[in-house]
Amino acid sequence: MLLIPCPYCGERAESEFSYGGEAHIARPADPEKTSDADWADYLYTRTNTKGVYFERWMHAHGCRRWFNIARHTVSYDILAVYETGAPPPKFDTKSEV
Amino acid sequence: MSARYSIFSLIRNALAYHEDWPAAWRSPEPKPAYDVVIVGGGGHGLATAYYLAKELGVRNVALIERGWLGGGNTGRNTTIVRSNYLWDESAALYEHSMKLWEGLSQDLNYNVMFSQRGVLSLAHNQHDLRAQSRQSNANRLGGIDSELLTPAQIKAFVPIMDLRAGGRYPVLGGALQRRGGTARHDAVAWGYARAADALGVDIIQESPVTGFRIDNGRVQGVETAKGFIQADKVGIVVAGHSGVMADLAGFRLPVTSQPLQALVSEPIKPVLDTVIMSGAVHAYISQSDKGELVIGAGADRYVGYGQRGSMQVSEDTLGAICELFPSFRRLRMMRQWGGIVDICPDASPIIGKTPVEGMFINCGWGTGGFKATPGSGWVFAQTIAHDRPHDLNAAFSLDRFRTGYIIDEHGAAGVAH
Repeated sequence: MLLIPCPYCGERAESEFSYGGEAHIARPADPEKTSDADWADYLYTRTNTKGVYFERWMHAHGCRRWFNIARHTVSYDILAVYETGAPPPKFDTKSEV
Repeated sequence: MSARYSIFSLIRNALAYHEDWPAAWRSPEPKPAYDVVIVGGGGHGLATAYYLAKELGVRNVALIERGWLGGGNTGRNTTIVRSNYLWDESAALYEHSMKLWEGLSQDLNYNVMFSQRGVLSLAHNQHDLRAQSRQSNANRLGGIDSELLTPAQIKAFVPIMDLRAGGRYPVLGGALQRRGGTARHDAVAWGYARAADALGVDIIQESPVTGFRIDNGRVQGVETAKGFIQADKVGIVVAGHSGVMADLAGFRLPVTSQPLQALVSEPIKPVLDTVIMSGAVHAYISQSDKGELVIGAGADRYVGYGQRGSMQVSEDTLGAICELFPSFRRLRMMRQWGGIVDICPDASPIIGKTPVEGMFINCGWGTGGFKATPGSGWVFAQTIAHDRPHDLNAAFSLDRFRTGYIIDEHGAAGVAH
């Protein structure tokens, strides 16, 4: 089980959180003019990185606030926690454990 | 070619104290070039190589595996085989696979211990019952066996299950596919490997793929730990690492890789002669021939490549199992492990062409790829050999996410993810 540092409540067990998938995916600004391929990319395609991944979590059984973390998807080490809307921290995303 | 297995070869080798069995397959060094290179030595990749050689006469084939054969999800699943999927496209594909399973031991001359002991899915509420009867009727219309059972019939079929009303997970009914069952997962990998090797396929283990050589949008070959291997066509069948391979080849996939875990108990005397699944509480269970209870749990919610599962997922699953089977409460679990499953947004696989010419992909089987091993290899071999999808996998293209013709099998996949 992950120990997730909620930026508002501190470290809590993974079972208190819900997962929001990859962070920093922007909805196309003008859906009417977005091609089917770009729309499919927005809806379905994920980076699915083996390495450092930027993802959204929500403290569902706590403060109920969303935030972003950078986590290594092999070691599961949580490397950074930052607010929704903030730019992702700099990491070599394909680094080994 | 290795000797044919039979009662006579068994007796002959018994007389020689079993010291003269030939190796089941060779371990050759890679040749500089092949017609087809298959990346991934799990069941699906091995089946692909076998059917390429056997059905399509493509025998200049190499199969490249990062670790050892069947060391990924092929050796990490709960070995359940069934074909009762909801939509026509999936039902046809999984049923084709089921028919191959039914003759597989004879076809491969290798006992894959396919046991059609039945797969029973439980319904715990009115919604489950309705969804189940819809799926069951769809299966029967499509020619796939399915029976709806009442609680009394379930009690007769699985006496050790607790069916007293009022429990935490009341059982209101179930859908049974009698032709479903289990197979020995390692034997499937080894049987396909031996049969493919006998037809001339070079199986190259411990050789990770480090890149692809692509020229003008067409694949030229594969960079591996054992050097560059030229190939006219490349088939990628790597399950959890599909996204990593796609990244090396310069395209993206709509899959997420998540850990899916399973557990086995200490061995006990025979108590359960069928497979029980419950999608709603997320538990499935069968008993292996060694006597261990094989228990499948849910997938972790997050992207992960570490081959282990979270503790709270095992706790949820074991809680449900103990509620349904109170007599299992004092069993100890011997092992717990995880495999990395590549889940598509619609819980259906992707089998077909990629944006790179000459490169094909077979991925996205998610939580239920083992049952499809023979069929998946068969259609992928057809796709690679003919340079276009077979009718059975035409609908499972990468392009379906753009066109919107998705095949939503979250219900039939039966796994909470």
